Amino acid sequence: MSAVFQPIAAREAPIKMEGFVPWIKHNLFGGWRNTVATLLGLAVIVHWLPPLANWLLFKAVFVPDSDVCQSAREIGACWGVITEKHRLIILGRYPLAEQWRPEIATLLLMGLLIFSCIRKFWKPWLALLWLVVVALVFVLMGGGVAGLTRVSTDQWGGLPLTIMLATLSIVFAFPIAVVVALGRRSKLPAIRTVCVIYVELIRGVPLISVLFMASFMFPLFMPPGVSIDVLLRVLVGITLFSAAYMAEIVRGGLQAIPKGQTEAAATLGLSYWQTQRKIVLPQALALVVPGIMNNFISIFKDTSLVTIVSLYELTGAMGLALNSDANWRPFKLEAYLFIAAIYFAFCFSMSRYSLWIEKQVNRSKVR
Amino acid sequence: MADVRTPPKRRDWSWRSQAVRGVIYQIVAIAVIAAAVWFLAHNTLENMRVRGIQSGFGFLGSPAGFDIGEMLINYDALDPYWKAFLVGILNTLRVAVIGIVLTTVLGTLLGIGRFSHNAIVRGLCYGYVELFRNIPVLLQLLLWYLVFTEILPDTNAALSVGSVFLSKGGLSFPVPIWGIGQGLASLGAILGLVLALFYRHWAMQQFERTGRVRDTFWPALALIFGMAFVGWLVGGAPTEWNTPKQGEVMVEDGAAMTPEFMAVLLGLTLYTASYVAEVVRAGIASVSHGQGEAASSLGLSRGQSMRLVVLPQALRVIIPPLTNQYLNLTKNSSLAVAIGYPDVVSISNTAINQTGRAVECIAIIMLVYLSTSLSTSGLMNWYNKRSAIKER
Repeated sequence: MSAVFQPIAAREAPIKMEGFVPWIKHNLFGGWRNTVATLLGLAVIVHWLPPLANWLLFKAVFVPDSDVCQSAREIGACWGVITEKHRLIILGRYPLAEQWRPEIATLLLMGLLIFSCIRKFWKPWLALLWLVVVALVFVLMGGGVAGLTRVSTDQWGGLPLTIMLATLSIVFAFPIAVVVALGRRSKLPAIRTVCVIYVELIRGVPLISVLFMASFMFPLFMPPGVSIDVLLRVLVGITLFSAAYMAEIVRGGLQAIPKGQTEAAATLGLSYWQTQRKIVLPQALALVVPGIMNNFISIFKDTSLVTIVSLYELTGAMGLALNSDANWRPFKLEAYLFIAAIYFAFCFSMSRYSLWIEKQVNRSKVR
Repeated sequence: MADVRTPPKRRDWSWRSQAVRGVIYQIVAIAVIAAAVWFLAHNTLENMRVRGIQSGFGFLGSPAGFDIGEMLINYDALDPYWKAFLVGILNTLRVAVIGIVLTTVLGTLLGIGRFSHNAIVRGLCYGYVELFRNIPVLLQLLLWYLVFTEILPDTNAALSVGSVFLSKGGLSFPVPIWGIGQGLASLGAILGLVLALFYRHWAMQQFERTGRVRDTFWPALALIFGMAFVGWLVGGAPTEWNTPKQGEVMVEDGAAMTPEFMAVLLGLTLYTASYVAEVVRAGIASVSHGQGEAASSLGLSRGQSMRLVVLPQALRVIIPPLTNQYLNLTKNSSLAVAIGYPDVVSISNTAINQTGRAVECIAIIMLVYLSTSLSTSGLMNWYNKRSAIKER
């Protein structure tokens, strides 16, 4: 009896996985659980979205008239409060006639920030440029020279102050962080201990206690007769705070450099500082740019804390604009949402950049 | 590398010797720091003398003289400062502990949700994370506080679902009146937990011997609830509840949470959960695809493969950054000062304004946070060591 060859049935062609319809089928209606989740999700969206859109946009009041706003209460948002108060919220108490100065200073800082985000410009002269711009910003904001009227720091406020505090503290913290990170990996026990204590101490306490220290204790630290401006004290506090966090980020970068690099440098006869400057730091710092960017984002958000020690940055300026005005105080929610949107726009775009640059610096490692 | 020739030993006191330079660097560093500390301390003492500020922790024994909105222990304005600080510390811990538990649950769900097969679930989780992560936590706290104190209805017309009331006065909810029955029920639950642990141990041993898999989750749950039920029955099955009801002006009776507490708790939880979600997502993403594929080829369902294969491995990556998030939550609870929740910072702030002893009060704040930070990270390090890969 001869066996007849019986081929098994041909397999079906694989299901098409690409394209719009298969995507929907797979991602929205694959299996009963998936379908239930989709329907639930759609129900939530359909239920919440129209009233939310109505409140936010279609029934909202945009004219700066508090009576109109009051009559539209619970029906639509009152964006009139922003139309009315946006100058005070964004620029704080800076004199009206001089408001071009914080605007230009902010543009300068942001321009330089964006400029520094481009890899081509990561050169030593960038540090010099930063120093020049920082000095320029202080002169512009403070005045007192070149025919500019003097504006004392307690009148600085709003978004320029937020950007200034965040940017300057990160810029000043950077060299401290590098030194502390190197110190923490040093072979010299005393230096290592000092760096460890500094980093762990700062990282163990909340920023608010550092700010309290800057505002209550700093005046006691100075020799009698010397008084330092509150803005400067807070800036020093935030700088020391962010330096500790950044030192840990830099240390992570240093640890990622293989030991062979330093050994090779030693073979070539380079000294410790030469090795760090020419071999280790250039590689390590490129690695930690995303981390530093994330640190910058968190410091940008944390600057909102300085309102607690009465500096009027964005959050504080908003309180300043609304708390004393009985007509507009009921519409605080809209003002909060407005500045939340500003913070979101800044932080979200920076986090996108951080992701992008992470891919860029890792490009040489991905095959 | 067997015979590295050691260089000739020679005491070289010249600048060219690395050892000598190292010693000199260290001496200089220590001297500079000591000088700076001495300078600051000297100035501080001098300033205090000039301004007539008294120093020392003696004030802790004198009456505080201010009231505190909410407390876990009895306190009134005549009690000494140390007790006020204790109330503050307990309030900080209360919001931190409850916040950590809620954050872990919410963050884990959101993080796993990022891997859902369903595009809407993925999108919502992603949107949540990006929205809450990119707005300062202080602003979120202020926003919630505004919602709780201005937008909710007044206390005389509270929103209610059953006997849970929500109004400007806070959240009121029913609690059982504590009695012997409840005591026995919790005792039973603890006993049930112990039995469940024994059962799990036994089930594992059985598994090792016979290879038979026993379900441990449902029996454990049954043991805990069953024992609690038995305890409750033995205690006379009390059913009395302290239920809140709408009064003329305000909601009366029941247990209540103040709007301050709710704003701090909600703000911190929602904010930190977005970070925890990212930590969990990164942890799960770090487990190689092969693991999940191997699990599904063994016939495990998606849920099983997540629970038994992926999560245990992801946990090793997750725990260290998760600890950081717990610590951040605890430290961020200090922002409660901005909305008047009486945590330790807020109490210290009042104490500074009343007594002027900034140095001492700030030292107390720092000490409290440092000790919680260090003990939490110690605990998590211990757990991390336990869940680390056992290598040869």
